[in-house]
Amino acid sequence: MSLNALEMKDVSFSYDHQMVLEDINFTIEEKDFVAILGPNGGGKSTLLKIVLGLLTPDKGVVKIFGKEPKKALDMVGYLPQHSHFDLDFPIDVFQTVLMGRYHGLFKDYNEEDREIALQALKDVDMLDFKDRQISRLSGGQLQRVLIARALARKPKIFLMDEPMASIDPEMQNSFYELISRLKGKVALVLVSHDVGTVSMHMDKIACLNQKLYYHGPTEGAGDGLEEMYHCSIEQISHGIPHRMLRKH
Amino acid sequence: MLEFIQYEFMQRALMAAILVSVACGAVGTYVVIKRIVSLSGAISHAAFGGVGLGYFLGLNPVVAAIPFSIAAALSMGAIQEKIKISEDTAIGILWSVGMALGILFINLRSGYAPDLFSYLFGSILTVSNTDLYIMLALDIIILIVVYLFRREFLGVSFDEEYSRVIGLNSTLINMLLLSLIALSVVVLMKVMGIILLISLLAIPAAICKQYTYHIGKLILSSTIVGMILTSLGLILSFFFNLSSGATIILVLAIALFISYFIRE
Repeated sequence: MSLNALEMKDVSFSYDHQMVLEDINFTIEEKDFVAILGPNGGGKSTLLKIVLGLLTPDKGVVKIFGKEPKKALDMVGYLPQHSHFDLDFPIDVFQTVLMGRYHGLFKDYNEEDREIALQALKDVDMLDFKDRQISRLSGGQLQRVLIARALARKPKIFLMDEPMASIDPEMQNSFYELISRLKGKVALVLVSHDVGTVSMHMDKIACLNQKLYYHGPTEGAGDGLEEMYHCSIEQISHGIPHRMLRKH
Repeated sequence: MLEFIQYEFMQRALMAAILVSVACGAVGTYVVIKRIVSLSGAISHAAFGGVGLGYFLGLNPVVAAIPFSIAAALSMGAIQEKIKISEDTAIGILWSVGMALGILFINLRSGYAPDLFSYLFGSILTVSNTDLYIMLALDIIILIVVYLFRREFLGVSFDEEYSRVIGLNSTLINMLLLSLIALSVVVLMKVMGIILLISLLAIPAAICKQYTYHIGKLILSSTIVGMILTSLGLILSFFFNLSSGATIILVLAIALFISYFIRE
């Protein structure tokens, strides 16, 4: 039997006695592509931080391929929202990606690390930009660089935090095209407040607002979303031009 | 024209200008790119507590400032980790509490504190051989630490959250960086003065950052630019009989201004 990519059992977390996550039970299989949807403040970032080992839950068990998050760091790729760092920072594309190969104190990057970093840049079609300073990239290009940084770790599970928030709408298709190339190779987890980010490529959807309301195939997600947002699915997705769920 | 070089105090002053520039290049670069200039300003003011402690205990004030400013820097880091207080507020408190302690220590040691002003506003011309040796030793420590931890400092400066995700102990690295800032404050103290030194820490890196985006080159070029501008300021202050720290700061500020124009 193969291990699950991610398993959460009865996980709860609170900040200052305010419950943020309550009894979350959640499984992601080895090659799943899963979306976690929920309103802002619904606990998505907290959930991500728990999986990344940045926060420890008050109770419950979290396992990544059977290991505790803090011991599974080398299996996890992470694409942050890139609005939070200084674009003017003196670093080029290659150095940014190479950081994904970090091994620990006093361990320098070797030739293999450089090759893996270059390959990761190739995989996201950004090799030509390797010497460019990061402020001279478009939002979509920077996101590709950050994806390469995550891939350079050779992760088994890849977490993406609001990947659509930082790129232009016309870049979204090429983002999906890129992500669909990864499907089947690693477990993919996309976290978003925007119901419009759900795509046909996804196997499962989880709806999160303090509790996990729905966890299953995309087709049945409507009910979970309605329960979570307390309004109908048409209202939440307010007439997005593409059909996000198959007719049901 | 070049006769000033024959004065022994002037030779020492030029040597001091070179030594401060090494600390500025190596640490000032991180201070600028991590955007912790005001935090560094607070550490430098807090170092005055160490100077006061030195007077009180009858020790060399520069030596006493080493553990004191490191303790101030680390308590700053710890306060932010443990207590919910904004960085801005913590900076303001550290700034004045450190200075207040220095003043009280000096009060307790009744009598006149002769060269107190030189620690506040700098006096590159009174730098002693002992001061130079201390500065040299601290420079060497700074360079070794920056070299050994270059990957970690880059990581926490660029993207702290991500650096934690890849298994880097960002709390520890931040503490180490704050300690290095404390050490460079001590290197700069006698030359520039506690009140003025923050410009010397920040301006060379701010000038060079416009021309390179490679961190190693940034450190090297800031060091060289620092050496040139500090020496120039020193020579000008000698010829025009002006206060050296203040003259150096103005030379730095004018150079920054000009560099922006050249960049445009």
